[in-house]
Amino acid sequence: MTSVHYVPASGALSALWLLLAFPAAGAAILLLSGKRSSAWGPLLACAMTGASFLYGVLCFFSLKGHPTAGRSQDLHLFSWIPVGGFKVDAGLLLDPLSATFVLLITGVGFLIHVYSLGYMEHDPRKKTFFAYLNLFIAAMLLLVLGDSYLALYVGWEGVGLASYLLIAFWFYKPEAATAAKKAFIANRVGDVGLSLAIMVMFAALGTTSFAGVFSSGVAGGTATAIGLLLLLGACGKSGQFPLQTWLPDAMEGPTPVSALIHAATMVTAGVYLIARSTPVYQASPDAQTVVTIIGAVTLVIGCLIGCAYDDIKKVLAYSTVSQIGYMFLAVGIPGAGAFAILHLLTHGFFKACMFLSAGSVMHGMSDQVDMRRYGALRKAMPWTFGCLTVGWLAILGIPPFAGFFSKDKIIEAAFAMGGTRGTVLGVVALLGAGITAFYVTRLWVMTFFGEKRWTEGQHPHESPWVMVIPMAILAAGSAVVGALLGPTHALQDWLDPVLGAEIVNREVNATVISICTVAVVLIGAAVAWFAYGTKPVPITPPVAVTPFTVAARKNLYFDALNESLLMRPGQYLTRFLVFIDNRGIDGAISALAAGIGGGSGRLRRLQTGFVRSYALSMFGGAVVVVVALLAVRLGQ
Amino acid sequence: MTTTPWMTILLVVPAVGALLVSMLPKGSDLLAKQLALGFSLLTLVLTAVACVQFDIGPGAQRFQFVQHHDWISALGVTYSVGADGIALVLIALAALLVPLVLLASWDTVEGLLDIEGPDARLTPQKSVKTFFALMLVLESFMIGVFAATDVFLFYVFFEAMLIPMYFLIGMYGGPRRSYAAVKFLLYSLVGGLLMLAAVIGLYVQSGKRTFRFDELLNLNLSHSAQMWLFLGFFIAFAIKAPLFPFHTWLPDAGAEAPTGGAVLLVGVLDKVGTFGFLRYCLPLFPWAAHKAAPYVITLSVIGVIYGALLAMGQKDLKRLVSYTSVAHFGFIGMGCLAFTTQAGTGAVFYMVNHGLSTGALFLVIGFLIDRGKSRLVTDYSGIAKVAPVLAAMFFISGLSSLALPGLSTFVSEFLVLVGTFTRYKVAAGIATTGIVLAAIYILLAYQRTMQGALSTAHENMKDLKPREVAAVAPLLVLMLFLGFYPKPVTDIINPAVKATMQDTQSTDPAPTDAMPHRVSTGN
Repeated sequence: MTSVHYVPASGALSALWLLLAFPAAGAAILLLSGKRSSAWGPLLACAMTGASFLYGVLCFFSLKGHPTAGRSQDLHLFSWIPVGGFKVDAGLLLDPLSATFVLLITGVGFLIHVYSLGYMEHDPRKKTFFAYLNLFIAAMLLLVLGDSYLALYVGWEGVGLASYLLIAFWFYKPEAATAAKKAFIANRVGDVGLSLAIMVMFAALGTTSFAGVFSSGVAGGTATAIGLLLLLGACGKSGQFPLQTWLPDAMEGPTPVSALIHAATMVTAGVYLIARSTPVYQASPDAQTVVTIIGAVTLVIGCLIGCAYDDIKKVLAYSTVSQIGYMFLAVGIPGAGAFAILHLLTHGFFKACMFLSAGSVMHGMSDQVDMRRYGALRKAMPWTFGCLTVGWLAILGIPPFAGFFSKDKIIEAAFAMGGTRGTVLGVVALLGAGITAFYVTRLWVMTFFGEKRWTEGQHPHESPWVMVIPMAILAAGSAVVGALLGPTHALQDWLDPVLGAEIVNREVNATVISICTVAVVLIGAAVAWFAYGTKPVPITPPVAVTPFTVAARKNLYFDALNESLLMRPGQYLTRFLVFIDNRGIDGAISALAAGIGGGSGRLRRLQTGFVRSYALSMFGGAVVVVVALLAVRLGQ
Repeated sequence: MTTTPWMTILLVVPAVGALLVSMLPKGSDLLAKQLALGFSLLTLVLTAVACVQFDIGPGAQRFQFVQHHDWISALGVTYSVGADGIALVLIALAALLVPLVLLASWDTVEGLLDIEGPDARLTPQKSVKTFFALMLVLESFMIGVFAATDVFLFYVFFEAMLIPMYFLIGMYGGPRRSYAAVKFLLYSLVGGLLMLAAVIGLYVQSGKRTFRFDELLNLNLSHSAQMWLFLGFFIAFAIKAPLFPFHTWLPDAGAEAPTGGAVLLVGVLDKVGTFGFLRYCLPLFPWAAHKAAPYVITLSVIGVIYGALLAMGQKDLKRLVSYTSVAHFGFIGMGCLAFTTQAGTGAVFYMVNHGLSTGALFLVIGFLIDRGKSRLVTDYSGIAKVAPVLAAMFFISGLSSLALPGLSTFVSEFLVLVGTFTRYKVAAGIATTGIVLAAIYILLAYQRTMQGALSTAHENMKDLKPREVAAVAPLLVLMLFLGFYPKPVTDIINPAVKATMQDTQSTDPAPTDAMPHRVSTGN
């Protein structure tokens, strides 16, 4: 059992709410100022996120200055919902885990804000776009800073709202509107889990604050129930099996959104939730096992489908699904939580870099997303090519790029669990790395190499500096962040107080696993090169393919399954109920009413619509009442 | 504690307003509107003062601003009024909604005068000033029904409320207004009849020759008497609320009523039903209420799911909103009968929030229908392009209806769920799936009307006018404020709910896994 102690926030941290206040104020100003802010609004939004980042850095160093035991600082704001024994305070918690997220959210967020200045330049609703981005940053910060599950829930739904608004930013496109709705509803399915988890906490433990739940000695069936319900919530938000199908559809939103929300930050909230709830999962090995299984299953699904798509953003989306699967796998392994967060950070850099690069390609190719209509773009877009190449090396995990240090550790931790479970999970994670190498190399080759397969009238060009510089910074991060944080144990030591120390298994030879991983990755990349780099790529997808490819192109039939199991029956049920409600229930009640009232026809005749007659009948009614009362009294 | 007779003042002010408005000569429509708005605003200000004066400190009286006067002394009927926290917040809701509704109806009443219907028998009395006078009469009665602390007086207001609402629907409603108005009246009269029987029964059974609520508490009625009397009150309130399966009058009335009438009908009038559960059914018949709770909660959970599924299947926007209310009343009913302070406070706060959110939703949809001249979802598409403010307000009201955290509806819905969960895990669990269904019906309606390609018929649709924005914006601001800081309202509600819990000898279940020496977290 963990003993949890939060100290009241002091010094620079006593104004912690400022972190949220900057972007929240930005969103409010932009949304309420109408057309007036069209010119300066986007810049204000960037400045707000930048301010939040700078203050975040200050908070980080302030926190680092405290001794390890005093690094969980809680800022009580006000009493939020006090009803009987249910006392929820609004408060913020800055500890090593949330501080790490604050830097990722505001740092990557700021870069993507800047990139959007270029990407959204010609959109007439540019200002609204930035307002939503600021709203997202504020909500995401609340999600990671809230000091109770209920405060987290507000941020949790806030990011869902921002995600909805941004996916449906071009709301006049029916696909965008449908994708946004799908994302929100899939998230809500997860929210049922999160809601019920909080209810179980209150009913069993009498509290919903982190400090309260973690100090309560939660154990047994309660811990398992809470763990599994939280996992359902996490699956919805992070696009994990079985709720993964909304994430690829979410690519209907503008590309900066895909980079920020649907790759680097929001979709990793599920990992945060599970990492935050470490004491609950430590009390329930069963729940941990389920987390690892969900992670392993999802990482395989993501890889397989990623191989089949030709839409560059969808490939990246499934890659995100798959990489978050790695994080789930790690966060479910006792003592490997820090690796999950390390992978989350490196993924935040390289996936944002890859998405922004993809956006840059689309920007130069008139919004073309079909990789079969790309090819030979490395000359036309040298910076984009360079950035995506670094991202490619990082996701592959070629040393010394970032992914090597994080993914390798996850594979190692899976094997280190030992027994059949460790072997199965380890092999799955290892094979996943190979398949990932295949489809990401495929993307890289189809985009930048081979011959031109462009549609008529394309004049690919490099993007403006305002887009290239954020890309380049993220690429630099993708190159070095893993080496800085991984082998130095910097992140591990920093997060230890929250996530627990690493459990070292001497029986596993880390070097052998690293060599195997790199070998498998190189094989995967080589296969992709031979398949797509050495011979011409057809501009229409091949038809004569294996049933497996057909299935992968259809998302392994998950959408079809949802439709036939939930949507269609739901529609029939609804139609049936509408019919019943009009005929059955209404009919029965009306008949009853008519019977009691002495026949609806007679009553109808009384409704002549004149106040006089109505008043008369009311008076008559009153007389009846009085007479009845007198009769009753006299009868006693 | 103040002795100002606030309840009587609040009752009388709108009534005086109604009288003055109705006495205005023909052709002074603008003056009628201004006068009515003025009186409703005056009522709102006075209500705000009363709320501030309401004592919520420790040792405060349960009922405040109390007055008792003999009325029909032969029968022991008194004019007794006063407010506990539950009544006070509902009175405040009524006082808030009326001026907004008047503002929203400002230019639309004239349009309502010439809606053709299969029968136009009621047409002769239709006039602008009558509409505004009826609204004020309704406000007076609504305040009265919550303020009454004499069961007989309550019954009088309960029935009297029907009259202005009947005329609002029957005279100013849509094409099928006559059918809807009669159906509304029939249902309500049946309920009223049952309640009357129960009121008389209570009088007889108590043997105290009084109708005063405070004197009817702790009666020790026999179990069978409790059961029958409970049923009489309960069915009347369940029809009013409306609780499944007594809901079928609501979609017709909600759809055919003029927008302003629909807001007050669903926003305030229906709350009398769930208010009645807490004020009368529980404290007066505690044994029967405990016995009935599992059944009522079952009906409520069915209502949550059933209302949501039906809302999804509606083609008519106003019927859609009416069915969402059936789902919401399921939550409220569940909270009333769960016998925990969280669920009880949640239910009362839900009544307020539902008034705000459904009120806003009805108003915005009303504005849309005024412009598009159709209630059908399928007649609209891509409206957000030409009317972004209207779309945004529709969206925010919708988010409130689906109880998005950060908005006040979430606080109340979660309190109801968490409070019910401590006693009825399965019921709360099933009801929680309602949050998915709510997302579906709201987002589906929003997508169909506001998103997608703009329909050619609406290319010239005008966005909301400042007056219309002013009618909805206060509701949205309140929802957001109370979402983050509900304490001012829950602090008023809490003591009254606790008193109700004491009347029914209920205590909150203790945490099941709590350790004897658990670390105190203060949170």
